[in-house]
Amino acid sequence: MKKHFITSFLLFIPFVIFSQTNLKGMIMDKNNPKDNLGVEGASVHWLNTNVSAITNKKGWFTIPYKKSYKKLIVSYLGYKTDTVTITSLKPIHHFLTQEGELGEVTVRTQKKATFKSTLVTANMFTVNSEELLKAACCNLAESFETNPSIDVSFSDALTGTKQIQMLGLTSPYLLITQENIPSVRGASQVFGLTFTPGTWVESIQISKGAGSVVNGFESISGQINAELVKPFSDNKFFLNAYSSINGRLELNTHINKKVSEKWQTGLYIHGNYRGQKFDNNTDGFLDMPLANQINVMNRWQFTDAEKGWVSFLNFRFLNDEKQTGQLNFNPKVDKETTNAWGSEIDTKRIDASAKLGYVFPELPYQSFGFQFAYSNHQQDSYFGLNVYDIQHQSVYSNLIFNSIIGDTRNKFKTGVSFTYDNYDEFVNTSDFNRKENSLGAFFEYAYDNLDNFSFTAGIRIDTHNLLGTFITPRLHLRYVPWENSVLRASIGRGKRSANIFAENQQLFASSRQINIDNEGGNIYGLNPEIAWNYGVSFMQKFNVFDKKGDITFDFYQTDFQNQVVVDWENPQEVSFYNLDGKSIANSFQVEVNYNFAKRFNLRTAYKYFDISTDYKSGNLEKPIQPQNRFFANLSYDTELTEKGSQWRFDATFNSIGKQRLPSTSSNPAQFQLPEYSNPYQLLNAQVTRVFSEKFEMYVGGENITNVQQKNPILASNDPFGSNFDTTIVYAPIFGRAIYAGLRFKIN
Amino acid sequence: MKKIIFILSLVFIGFSMQSQEVKKKKNAKVAFEVDGICGMCKKRIETAALKTKGVKFALWSPKTHQLNLIMDERKVEVGIVQQNIANVGHDVILKDKKITASLEAYNSVHPCCKYRDDKIILDHQGEMKKVKKNN
Repeated sequence: MKKHFITSFLLFIPFVIFSQTNLKGMIMDKNNPKDNLGVEGASVHWLNTNVSAITNKKGWFTIPYKKSYKKLIVSYLGYKTDTVTITSLKPIHHFLTQEGELGEVTVRTQKKATFKSTLVTANMFTVNSEELLKAACCNLAESFETNPSIDVSFSDALTGTKQIQMLGLTSPYLLITQENIPSVRGASQVFGLTFTPGTWVESIQISKGAGSVVNGFESISGQINAELVKPFSDNKFFLNAYSSINGRLELNTHINKKVSEKWQTGLYIHGNYRGQKFDNNTDGFLDMPLANQINVMNRWQFTDAEKGWVSFLNFRFLNDEKQTGQLNFNPKVDKETTNAWGSEIDTKRIDASAKLGYVFPELPYQSFGFQFAYSNHQQDSYFGLNVYDIQHQSVYSNLIFNSIIGDTRNKFKTGVSFTYDNYDEFVNTSDFNRKENSLGAFFEYAYDNLDNFSFTAGIRIDTHNLLGTFITPRLHLRYVPWENSVLRASIGRGKRSANIFAENQQLFASSRQINIDNEGGNIYGLNPEIAWNYGVSFMQKFNVFDKKGDITFDFYQTDFQNQVVVDWENPQEVSFYNLDGKSIANSFQVEVNYNFAKRFNLRTAYKYFDISTDYKSGNLEKPIQPQNRFFANLSYDTELTEKGSQWRFDATFNSIGKQRLPSTSSNPAQFQLPEYSNPYQLLNAQVTRVFSEKFEMYVGGENITNVQQKNPILASNDPFGSNFDTTIVYAPIFGRAIYAGLRFKIN
Repeated sequence: MKKIIFILSLVFIGFSMQSQEVKKKKNAKVAFEVDGICGMCKKRIETAALKTKGVKFALWSPKTHQLNLIMDERKVEVGIVQQNIANVGHDVILKDKKITASLEAYNSVHPCCKYRDDKIILDHQGEMKKVKKNN
């Protein structure tokens, strides 16, 4: 009997340990205790085991229990992980608290209108919506006016389109992306920035020098990424109206709506209109084109935090019409005749894009993302007797996987991308068709010692039907030599095909003959452009008179191995040919930010550019490019009152040095221009009155000192003659412009 | 006798099955409390954790003092990570015991990180209040 007792006892031990005793419990959200709603999908597990369970729809879980288990770990993405000590089998009720509530508060106070980080490896800074409001008008092209790293210049005397430059190179050499999908490129190169309304932009990231390999091989002098407003975080309703004495009217509306727990949608509508004719310089030509634009975007955002999925779907339609030329030009009658000189540019564009991201819920450092974008851009235009039509269809797709090697000090991104571009161009009497496709793979490794050194090294290999198979390396370094300073360096290679007509379409508005040297290349008979970019940057933060500031020195060089040279040194011609010799762009910039007093900031910069190219006629400075520029921006905000009202003042001053003008020496004496333009100064200012969180109004002035270029159009009295030229523009054409607007928002 | 062997083997099966349950995980999630105050502490704590071979991910919250780790249990014991954190000057507070940083290690932290000093903690709380007000 005794024996039996022992054996049965022995037999029992493993079963006791094993016996399927379960612990039950419920997990709830501390922020929602009233409803006592359970949290679905929270995971619980016993400390140091893999015995785990997941809560059901009502927040309940059942987990096997053993005496040896004492600590139950409760975790849920976005919430603080808790350890609960279990002493009995009584069902437990546990409340989870959200993570980082305080963190968010601190971030908001530290948020500056522009942000230069000492922690990021690349020389990048972020411009957020507050800064974007300082220049109230109107679209992405004009969003950079308070920013010293980007120079805004004028493309031609007709359309008034503003061009942006970084490191002294115009936008074709910058990679401009919208939420990391290349957007302003190909057919939309010249006007593309004006197709993104300013109110749609949430923030802009500007990186100088070679970009990242993740977004392709095209970037040469830098990368600009615009993040658009998101249905999830944007105001429920937003209205912006704008009117300027230069005749421009704008209306922006945003409507955001929650469709379900996980889906959110937003509808963004932009319209602008200018119907009034202005000719302040009495040359018989419109100073600014008659214009109207309808731009509609619909976004869908999907978030499933539990499972780690995020997705965006975007649809956009744009219709833009511009008419310019002589005052008496009537397109219905005079189109493509010599009755009067006129031009119309009509653009229709459709965009569709999708993004899908997945973060592994158990591994916060591991994720993958997929981007897909399609666009169809069609521009039909004529400039006097020159006709230019382009249709550009584009497909972009990119698959990215992010993870770590060992620990989070060693991160990597890798993936594959595919792009397709179909160009169909009609220039006067000739057709130009071109198909481009490329398949590429990339790997980018980022190391950070969490203290004073980090680097990002990337490489990609692409096989392209016209550019061949090639490797694109990029490297960024960051080193902190002493406290509050950072030294950065970068090197990288970029390659692209130049869309000579789309990028230089202002040249159609002249009597210049177009010459293309056909040297047997794949793109208009020309070779792809290849350049290396090198740069160093040093930033030091300082404290003077107890006020904070920082100073940054930047030096960058872009060295072209091949470039498609645009030679307009002969006033009767424009020639495109492959570079034979050297083409180098050097840029140096010193920028100082100083916080004079509370809410009173000064930003100032001096820039020096040395850009020269070997033309057929010899080495020349880049035309219409000042060597020296000075920039200053002052901003002052009054203290925010209890009601949320505030005054904001902002003024920007630009001094533009003399610029070399393209040669006009072979013209008759009355159509000759001096070798250099005169320096000039520009002043913009704006005052914003915030009445409450819901409503604000602003008044501003552009070009307050009324600087105007005299006779921006050569031979304006004989537009069909051989000396007509609208392309030599180095200063504003329209003088002072006063504008006013309002913003209304409901959260 | 045969019976006893049978019974014993049953007992053993039970134990061996149980031991499988505490198999070491490649991506184990571990969380415990570490004392500290500010952003500088955060950096120091996370760096010390990450520099321990086998730790893949570290996140410390200045508010809750909770340190979340993802680590390869086959390569490192959580005790080693906790000791490394104590070695840079931060106390590790576990449910049943406390791993106290040596005075020498504690003295090496920046003056603003002296979390054992009530005055410094108060200073930081004051800062937080200021931060909130400005908002």
